[in-house]
Amino acid sequence: MIDFLAQHADILITLVKIALLLFIVLTVNAYLTWFERKVVAHMQSRWGPHRVGPHGLLQPLADGAKFLLKEDPTPAGVDKFTYYLAPLMALALALTSIAIIPFGPDPLRIFGRDVYLGIVDLNIGLLALFAITALSVYGVALAGWSSNSKYPLLGGLRSSAQMVSYELALTMSVVGVLLSAGSFSLRDIIGAQASPKLGVLGWNIFPQILGFLCFFVAAVAETNRVPFDLPEAESELVAGFHTEYASFKFAMFFIAEYTSMITVSCLCSIMFFGGWLSPFPASWTFTHFLPSAILIPFGLWVIWDGIRYETIFGRIILPGLGTVITALGALLIVFPAVNEFIQGPFWLLSKIFVFLFVYVWMRGTLPRFRYDQLMSFGWKLLLPVSLANAVITASVILVRGGGH
Amino acid sequence: MNPPLLVFFVLAAMAVIGAINLILQRHPIHSALSLIVVMVALAGLYLLMGAEFVAAVQIIVYGGAIMVLFVFVIMLLNAGVEEHTNASKLAALAGVPLAVVLMGVLAATVAGSADRVQVLTPGSVAPTKALANLLFQDFVYPFELTSFLILVAILGAIVLAQREKA
Repeated sequence: MIDFLAQHADILITLVKIALLLFIVLTVNAYLTWFERKVVAHMQSRWGPHRVGPHGLLQPLADGAKFLLKEDPTPAGVDKFTYYLAPLMALALALTSIAIIPFGPDPLRIFGRDVYLGIVDLNIGLLALFAITALSVYGVALAGWSSNSKYPLLGGLRSSAQMVSYELALTMSVVGVLLSAGSFSLRDIIGAQASPKLGVLGWNIFPQILGFLCFFVAAVAETNRVPFDLPEAESELVAGFHTEYASFKFAMFFIAEYTSMITVSCLCSIMFFGGWLSPFPASWTFTHFLPSAILIPFGLWVIWDGIRYETIFGRIILPGLGTVITALGALLIVFPAVNEFIQGPFWLLSKIFVFLFVYVWMRGTLPRFRYDQLMSFGWKLLLPVSLANAVITASVILVRGGGH
Repeated sequence: MNPPLLVFFVLAAMAVIGAINLILQRHPIHSALSLIVVMVALAGLYLLMGAEFVAAVQIIVYGGAIMVLFVFVIMLLNAGVEEHTNASKLAALAGVPLAVVLMGVLAATVAGSADRVQVLTPGSVAPTKALANLLFQDFVYPFELTSFLILVAILGAIVLAQREKA
């Protein structure tokens, strides 16, 4: 038994990592819907979900149960095979792309083995991600076609045209980053931005601001989010490509969309905002207490808020949650080794959180594009600008004499 | 059987079954889907040989861009199930023997050149840098000519599309 475990340790560790990451990503997805509804609601002077659990915190569970238990009808005249394949494809591809993201610089030592945060570390990391993105069009396009209904077909057509158009700008906009890093590996891209003295000034965002803007806009368009949500424009197309899907098949599209939001946020932070690098110079060691400095006050606030909460359940759960958060913060101060290890993931997760907030912020703020505006924006502005960015970056690198 | 060989046979079977299914399916979308399976299986084979860049490009260009256009056009035209005519019977009659002959010739050529075939070790096939050097230094003129050819094709498409309007 022990021999068997030792022999296949790598495979077993990878399997455990996949299971863990799936669990984390799906939970984050569920709470992302809660977060989005809360933030958009507060932007529109509403309360958002607040009935199920304290502050509506159990709403995702209720939604999940509803998705699982609802009737799942298959409309007449659908192309059965493709109809079932489409949501599977969308979800599988979205979840696969998360596997390539590295979440921290240092390995964890478990039973004498180095376990890196992140499932695979490909040296064609970014290209592999683009390959997965290229395939993810099919989920939407096939769902629209196979439903045998007019609105989904229009939604599917719109989305495939949109994704094909913006994929070009998406790919061209990262060429600058690739040139300055000299590698496709996400680890190397972060490594190239590290500068112990300058901190934040070494990040790609300053030389590559054009590239970042193009990338972010194109990435939002690729994920079909506001203001590029024409494939599911509810006022024109009912619900676009997933009109004929109900129950868990609909939930699969939903999870796929939120997962690709997370992937895009990861990519933005990794390629342009230094990934897990701290924005401060390495000599400022006091910034290492920042995770505790955020966790402890937040935990105390949750306790204070929970004591005053109107339901008995909230008065029990919220202080408990607050105590756990405060204890985590205190733990980091007590064990410096753990604190040191947590720095990288802390910064990466903070940046990802900021980008997720921007996604929600845009949804609360921006109106939808018109179809012709969408096309001319993508082809006449984004593509030329990202091409120009690639040419300028290449010229600067050539003039400086720093080729790889 | 060692793992790489096992993966090879799985991918090869995927590619062959996908290709056969491409012909047997009556509906254009199903055929297009089978072709995507073939493309992805080929990318997997490249990956198995250590040609990571080629594998990624295979999926991005063929699996992604080109096949999306196929699917897009099929959806746009709302093409239905193909109809069988006398000509298609003729194609089946003439096509099957021709395909068998082609396969025979190819198999004979491969079998005959077995002693000259280089055994490839993973990682030795087309690393990104070597590929870039080949494309942009040694064969830069043929490469640029090809892109010029594609440009002409795009211009042709625009001209054809514009004429209809006027």
